[in-house]
Amino acid sequence: MTVNLTLLVVMGAMLAIGIYLILERSLTRVLLGIILISNGVNLLILQTSGRAGESPIVRDGLDSGDYLDPLPQALLLTAIVIAFAMVALLLALIYRSWVLARQDEVTDDEEDRRVATTIGARDPEEDDDVSTETSEFIDAVDPATGTTRTVSPAERNSESDAPTIEDLHQAGES
Amino acid sequence: MIIVLAVLFAVSILTPVLYTWWGRRTFYVLAGVLGAAFLWTFRYLPEVIPAEQSARIGSPNAPPAEVISWIPQLGVELAFRMDALALVMSMLITGVGAAVMLYCARYFPPAERGAGPFAAQLFAFAASMLGLVLSDDLVMLFIFWELTTVLSFLLIGYSAHRIFARRSAIQALVVTTFGGLIMLVGLLWIGELAGSYRLSDILASSSELNGTAVDAAMVLILIGAVSKSALVPFHFWLPAAMAAPTPVSAYLHAAAMVKAGIYLVARFAPGFHDTAFWLPLVLGLGLLTMLIGAYRALRQTDIKLVLAYGTVSQLGFLIMVNGLGTEDAALAGIAMLLAHGLFKAALFMVVGIIDHKTGTRDLRVLSGIGAAQRPLLIVSIIAVASMAGLPPLFGFVAKEVVFESFYGYAEIHGLWGWLVLGGVVLASALTVAYSARFLWGAFATKRHPAEHPAAGAALPPTKFHGRPDAVFIAAPAVLAAATVVFAMTTQPLQYVIEPFASMFEPADPEVEPTYLALWHGLTPVLALSALTWAIGLGLFWLRGRDGRSLRAIPAALDAERNYRASIRSLDDFAAWVTSKTQRGSLGWYLFIIMAVATGVPAGVVAFTGHTVPGHIILAEGPMQLVLGVLIIAGGLGAVWAPKRFMAVLMVSLCGWGIAGQFALQGAPDLALTLLLVESIILVVFVLALRTLPAGIWTQNPTRFRLGRALLGAGFGLVIMIAAAIAMDRRVAEPVSVEYPWMSYDVGHGTNIVNVTLVDIRVWDTFGEITVLAAAATGVASLIFVKRRDVQRRQLHEVPTGSVGRVLSDKALSPRQAKEIQVARSFATVAREAWLVAGRTLAPEHRSIIFEVVTRLMFHAIILLSVYLLLAGHNTPGGGFAGGLLAGLAFVLRYLAGGRYELEAAIPFSAGALMGWGLAVACFTGLTPLIFGGQAFQSFVVDLQLPILGEHHLVSSVLFDVGVYLVVIGLIVDVLRSLGSEIDVRSEQEHRQDSTLGHSIHSQTSLGVAR
Repeated sequence: MTVNLTLLVVMGAMLAIGIYLILERSLTRVLLGIILISNGVNLLILQTSGRAGESPIVRDGLDSGDYLDPLPQALLLTAIVIAFAMVALLLALIYRSWVLARQDEVTDDEEDRRVATTIGARDPEEDDDVSTETSEFIDAVDPATGTTRTVSPAERNSESDAPTIEDLHQAGES
Repeated sequence: MIIVLAVLFAVSILTPVLYTWWGRRTFYVLAGVLGAAFLWTFRYLPEVIPAEQSARIGSPNAPPAEVISWIPQLGVELAFRMDALALVMSMLITGVGAAVMLYCARYFPPAERGAGPFAAQLFAFAASMLGLVLSDDLVMLFIFWELTTVLSFLLIGYSAHRIFARRSAIQALVVTTFGGLIMLVGLLWIGELAGSYRLSDILASSSELNGTAVDAAMVLILIGAVSKSALVPFHFWLPAAMAAPTPVSAYLHAAAMVKAGIYLVARFAPGFHDTAFWLPLVLGLGLLTMLIGAYRALRQTDIKLVLAYGTVSQLGFLIMVNGLGTEDAALAGIAMLLAHGLFKAALFMVVGIIDHKTGTRDLRVLSGIGAAQRPLLIVSIIAVASMAGLPPLFGFVAKEVVFESFYGYAEIHGLWGWLVLGGVVLASALTVAYSARFLWGAFATKRHPAEHPAAGAALPPTKFHGRPDAVFIAAPAVLAAATVVFAMTTQPLQYVIEPFASMFEPADPEVEPTYLALWHGLTPVLALSALTWAIGLGLFWLRGRDGRSLRAIPAALDAERNYRASIRSLDDFAAWVTSKTQRGSLGWYLFIIMAVATGVPAGVVAFTGHTVPGHIILAEGPMQLVLGVLIIAGGLGAVWAPKRFMAVLMVSLCGWGIAGQFALQGAPDLALTLLLVESIILVVFVLALRTLPAGIWTQNPTRFRLGRALLGAGFGLVIMIAAAIAMDRRVAEPVSVEYPWMSYDVGHGTNIVNVTLVDIRVWDTFGEITVLAAAATGVASLIFVKRRDVQRRQLHEVPTGSVGRVLSDKALSPRQAKEIQVARSFATVAREAWLVAGRTLAPEHRSIIFEVVTRLMFHAIILLSVYLLLAGHNTPGGGFAGGLLAGLAFVLRYLAGGRYELEAAIPFSAGALMGWGLAVACFTGLTPLIFGGQAFQSFVVDLQLPILGEHHLVSSVLFDVGVYLVVIGLIVDVLRSLGSEIDVRSEQEHRQDSTLGHSIHSQTSLGVAR
């Protein structure tokens, strides 16, 4: 297959400028970068059809090799319209970001930055000294409120007076 | 077997529901189900016992098995097999499980709500454990193994509000999963070496499996067993797991789960006990664990921890004897495993009852329980005596044969054997000592320690609240009774275990194999037993009644401290790596991704030989070169442009140039579509970003310009080179050489591209228009937020000149104010004739020329778009181009006449338009199916119309109509969102701003000229 240097270079330039732009902070320039990258990719797909040919309208006397390969064209047509839909969506996103936060730039991810502060930081869940427990029944979760409270063995063992699940159900219903 | 397992898991899933109905009485049901499963295991006795234990599945006289193919590509199957070992384990799991369930019915308070999920988890554990011992497939074995790990985590963390429970649960999970993953590697390795994942096949072919690989795989499997069974150095998780409710400790951490490691050792021992590292690991770690556990049990002050460390010690003991690999040891190992399960579960239950009734497990506080609670004391004495190995109990019977097998082993193997025997005897003496300490600690009446003011006086008896009722005490009593019964009648157990033991060679072929019995005669082994009792009781007398806490052991040897330090450093390392690589800058992440995407292909190109492509042309013609320069200039201009709209214009320049390239290459459809799209994008860009500041500025300007430029250039270059190489190497014929005749004969059209879209590759296009509808909906929902197509006022209700009126002159320059004055003076001129809603616009926004042009062109454009749509099948055009052109017409109407003009021009909901478009496309696809064709098959209808003459209609044109409608819907939706709705919002904000005074909006791109 023949390589068309002009198309090749233009494609490379589109991709290069597109990459340069999407690495920016300004959302508008990022969007422009995306458009340029999709332009570059469109040119790449175009080049796969080889040298220039007849427009793919069937005419008598033409061999199928004479036409410009129609398959990349069909793919490109789809890609062009999808790219438009995507640009519209990104524009809406930029507008929304402007309305909500008065900014149109990519901000740093604070959560990611915060990771660095956790090195060697004290984690109570892991590092607190916990006194040994000599009973499993030191406290109980109150089923009504979800809070814990201490329960004396005497109270726990007077089971006839303790509310049963059925009682709690009825209390909940009433 | 599969059915029983499925039923058990189903019951577990239903349990939470049952619990909300019946409360803790549900545990009776669960105990009943496990009891039934216990009886079910007896059904297998007549089949399993006479079977050839090591026979492969399918061979005659093999143990019963069930196999269902699951993932045949990977050799994974649902294979379950009931041999003697599995049968014994099943009996232990279901029998003790039933007793534990019964015990739970009294252990939890009636109103405990969290006990519903708890019951389900505990029952699911029983099912998983049963699955684990029945599995004959390595992958199934591992799945059940990990299921028990996860359930153990949940059960230990039952009291999730306590930090100690949470920490213990995570610790148990991390340690056992760590071992489990290592074991998985070993299992897969041995499976690959043997060529089968079926456990019975691997064991049957074990004589052919040898070499370093097998030795190493066995070490990995043993690490899994060691971590699960809490052997040194992983032993620390088991005492910490005592944070679990006592039924869990009794079942998982005494009778069942910790036995999984022992089971694994017993399972692999027949084939692999002679691998290089097996005996050193099993005997070394086992003995070490046995001594450390027993020693530490002797120093605990919490009676539950006395039992926990006792369990650690016994697990070491069990793994030694089960891993020894002789006939006597196998019999002894299984007997000891059963004995331990019975007495240790019973003792845990006793501890639970004491804790429940007194509120403490501290042996320095507990006093006088034995005098008050006789039934509890009797049960405990039986179980403790069995633990200490006293006759006439099952613990004694089992320990006798264990000693005998080690004695026999020592006689053959000399010094090392005697050392092992000595260690075992010493540890057994310690066992006697801590058994006595447990009994003393839980039940004795104690005296105040020496440093107390009232030293020597008896402690007051601990208050015991209420009597444990019959059900509560029944469970440990049944287990204790079993230890007596099995000791008296050893025949049934001998009968069940012997087939498994017979898989091993005897240690000395000339000696008769041993058997389970209370009385073997006056043997050296009996003397050893007597020795352990004497030493043990002496140790207890000297050291066992010490109430002081354990002295701290050196930090370097504290396994739990080491564990926490290593987890800590792992956390810190992870945080360090993350903080270095994930610094929070999204641009930086993208930079890394792009750098990899550049570097890897560049490396591939550099290290594989390539020649310069042979066929290179500069361009197809001079025009192509000119356009190329124009496009690159546009791209560079976009980088340079300081203002938003300048940059957009530059990018549009690129687009138009590329459309020209398309035309020059011979793709008129593409050129047409791209030109239309670029025009619409330009308008939409301006509409969307008009409220943003005109200049492209950021608060944090991006640094690193050179790096970005280099990366961009590198990426472009690499893709250029890759594309050139790929094109140079292309040898295959394009599939599309068939397209011309297909499009003409099958698709009935001459425009190949259009026929490709609506016929040959119609599914693609159908998917694409669906994406378009989704994107349009996305745009609308981002702008309207609540609902699109907000009901607007009727046209005649809108006051003349009200839309976009500049309300405040304060922010304007004197010149702008003057211009507005002039424009407003024309407001009286009547010119409704040109546009329907033109009068609604504020006079300063109207343009007579634009209105006239719109009026003249709108209908012509719509007609042209319909022509493009219908003729597109045979000439350049089609649904996309037609739809875009029609959309452009509506853009014109909106720009000239404002949002009411747009409403008047197309009084339909955009959603409805797209919906109808998709429906029409669907209809075209489905219709041929009704007539027996394929979806989207094209057919031709010839029409003879009056005046218009003969017509040749192809059905796929109808599909293009659907595309046309969707594209119009998309553009109208975008116009209404980014156009009309933003108009409305800006006007509302302006109204607020004019009262609030100066604001950022006076600096927006279009200023007042909106």
